Amino acid sequence: MVTIAPGIDEVRARTFPFPRRHFLSAADLDPVQVGELLDLADGFAALNRQMTKKVDLLKGRTVITLFFEASTRTQSSFELAGKRLGADVINMSPRASSISKGETLVDTAVTLNAMQPDILVVRHGSSGAASLLSQKVSCSVINAGDGQHEHPSQALLDALSMRRAFGRVDGLTVAICGDVLHSRVARSNVTLLNLLGARVRVVGPPTLMPADVARWGVEVHHDLKSGIAGADVVMMLRLQLERMQGAFVPSMREYFRLWGLDREKLARAAPRARVMHPGPMNRGVEIDSDVADDLTISLIQDQVEMGVAVRMAILTSLAARLDNR
Amino acid sequence: MNARPIAFLGARLVDPETGYDGPGALVISEGRIGEVTRAGTFADLSDDIRRVDAAGALLTPGLIDLRVKTGEPGSEPKETLKSAARAAAAGGVTSIVVQPDTDPVIDDPAVADFILRRARDIGLVHVYPAGAATKGLEGQGMAEIGLLREAGCVYVTDVDRPIVDSRVMRRLLAYAASLGVLVAHRPADPWLTTEASATESEFSGRLGLAAEPVAAETIMLERDIALAELTGAPLMVDQISAAAPLESLARAKAKGLPILATASINHLSFNELDIGDYRTFCKLTPPLRDEDDRLALIDAVASGLVDIVVSAHAPAPPEEKRLPFDEAAPGSVGLETLLPALLTLHHEGRVPLARLIRAVTLAPALAVGLPAGRLTVGAPADLVLCDLTAPRLIDAATLISKSKNSAFDGRRLQGEVLMTLVDGRVVWER
Repeated sequence: MVTIAPGIDEVRARTFPFPRRHFLSAADLDPVQVGELLDLADGFAALNRQMTKKVDLLKGRTVITLFFEASTRTQSSFELAGKRLGADVINMSPRASSISKGETLVDTAVTLNAMQPDILVVRHGSSGAASLLSQKVSCSVINAGDGQHEHPSQALLDALSMRRAFGRVDGLTVAICGDVLHSRVARSNVTLLNLLGARVRVVGPPTLMPADVARWGVEVHHDLKSGIAGADVVMMLRLQLERMQGAFVPSMREYFRLWGLDREKLARAAPRARVMHPGPMNRGVEIDSDVADDLTISLIQDQVEMGVAVRMAILTSLAARLDNR
Repeated sequence: MNARPIAFLGARLVDPETGYDGPGALVISEGRIGEVTRAGTFADLSDDIRRVDAAGALLTPGLIDLRVKTGEPGSEPKETLKSAARAAAAGGVTSIVVQPDTDPVIDDPAVADFILRRARDIGLVHVYPAGAATKGLEGQGMAEIGLLREAGCVYVTDVDRPIVDSRVMRRLLAYAASLGVLVAHRPADPWLTTEASATESEFSGRLGLAAEPVAAETIMLERDIALAELTGAPLMVDQISAAAPLESLARAKAKGLPILATASINHLSFNELDIGDYRTFCKLTPPLRDEDDRLALIDAVASGLVDIVVSAHAPAPPEEKRLPFDEAAPGSVGLETLLPALLTLHHEGRVPLARLIRAVTLAPALAVGLPAGRLTVGAPADLVLCDLTAPRLIDAATLISKSKNSAFDGRRLQGEVLMTLVDGRVVWER
């Protein structure tokens, strides 16, 4: 007999059927849905701090996480979210090398779909992979990161972390700094933060900016100091090491000097500014440990905690939609 | 095989040679155009001639498509010469030039010979091979251009692969010119286009696709123009696709350089937004550009700056298209939609009909030296009769091509092929 967490009735009252079958992109959301998802996730965050975390909202459901790219935090976050909701969760990490990657994607998805899962959580290295897969399966698909396109659950957990730290997202100035070009986190965040009324800046060298990024509804800065001046939130992005050997920026030490966040540069941000990072961090490359580990400044641990809560909210809402089918 | 003579009466004739666009009638005999009149009919027409009442229908030379890929030899599940020929006949295309990126590559006269023999056995439309410009399409040593010409290759090209080494390109242009062989080259800077599957823009940036700037095309085209000027050799620019390279082309032509350019019907019909939610049927080489580029390209066809329109027929089976966008094969089939898509451009009032027809008949015929492509007495009776206005909803599943990867899937076009004749024989009739 599983003990059900106290306070679940309150959460249950907040659940709502998600209007779409799949959760693929921040661009698919509207402000009302985002508000509902964040409220629901707030409830789960409270539940997750209790001793008994298990609830029965997804009892009998099967969730498969299918990660073609290595991931620790996102995959375990979805796994934990599914298990705390009472679903059966299996994790799959097919090796990208077996055949051609693409065949693996659709073939694997169709095979798994035949096992009648309710929700498939997918990460893949190609932009649009989750959307392609959603056209080939009958279950719900959650995009847990597709190439350089989107990572919508990350944007939601970032929004929740900000809302809990500042009481609102509307009106905040958020500076997204670093490798915007290759970042799906940046794309989802720009969309979602604009939707919620934040002022968004992107900050980084021009070699790491997408074409026409100014037309995304953001302020573009090529200087970190001006880019984070007065910002309430400084969100640092991960820079992959292979991009620091001359192709995009000359060297790791030059990058840290110009674009890495330390306490001195952070002094230019708003007085009670908070620092975020989607992880995993390159300490001493894009962020100084001194800043990352200061819990009065850093929201990085909150982001991880909110990750589970937000994913519980997404799974619950999609499952509620399945109920109505 | 001597077909019964046919007379088309009361048609609307478009003759790209004279620019005539008006009523007329035409008789075919012995596989050639026997008589043409600008009256609706002929005064004395013998009884054993089959009469086709073409009232209101458009009668033009059959289309000549300079850029067709099949899978034969090497990847027959994609498309065979036979399925491509049938698709061509249904699309009013009476001559196709198959690309040399087959397996084996057409860099050996024996492969060209194989294709010509297969085409003769199939006997539907004229099939001509294009030869490789460099051995194995590797951009290093020149292919046996003289022998390939003798074997029946009508021009040479490395298809989608740019010839990066400027010294190779220079020698190739000079050598081919001395033999009277036209070189086609698709301008693309290989470093700027590495791994790209879309045009660099706000849209592709949001989709997170690896993208190339239009400058990749402009840079290589400027080099090619400079080499054409240096060698004095003719050059065919393969699939020019954007406004900036069109400016380069205009300057080169104004100087009087012997440069021709083709555009694909895809780039005249679609822009980058047609990629939509990662539609791999719209993944093309070069990638689709923005709407201003498309409109500039249409204007260039209207003005004659772009000489030739091609289908860029490139079959790809589902296993190459049902993939994430970055991993999918580029290309769209196009033989069956080329004519309706051109007519749709005409209906949109963007290009005069005679100019469009010229770009797919006489202009390619002159470029590579084919006798077809005109409505002159004595010319081969390669003809297409079509309903100029019939609406058509393209359903890729119903296409004759073995591969169904049509960028036009779901698109509404206007114009339908009623009858296709090759050397006076009806090879397709609705």
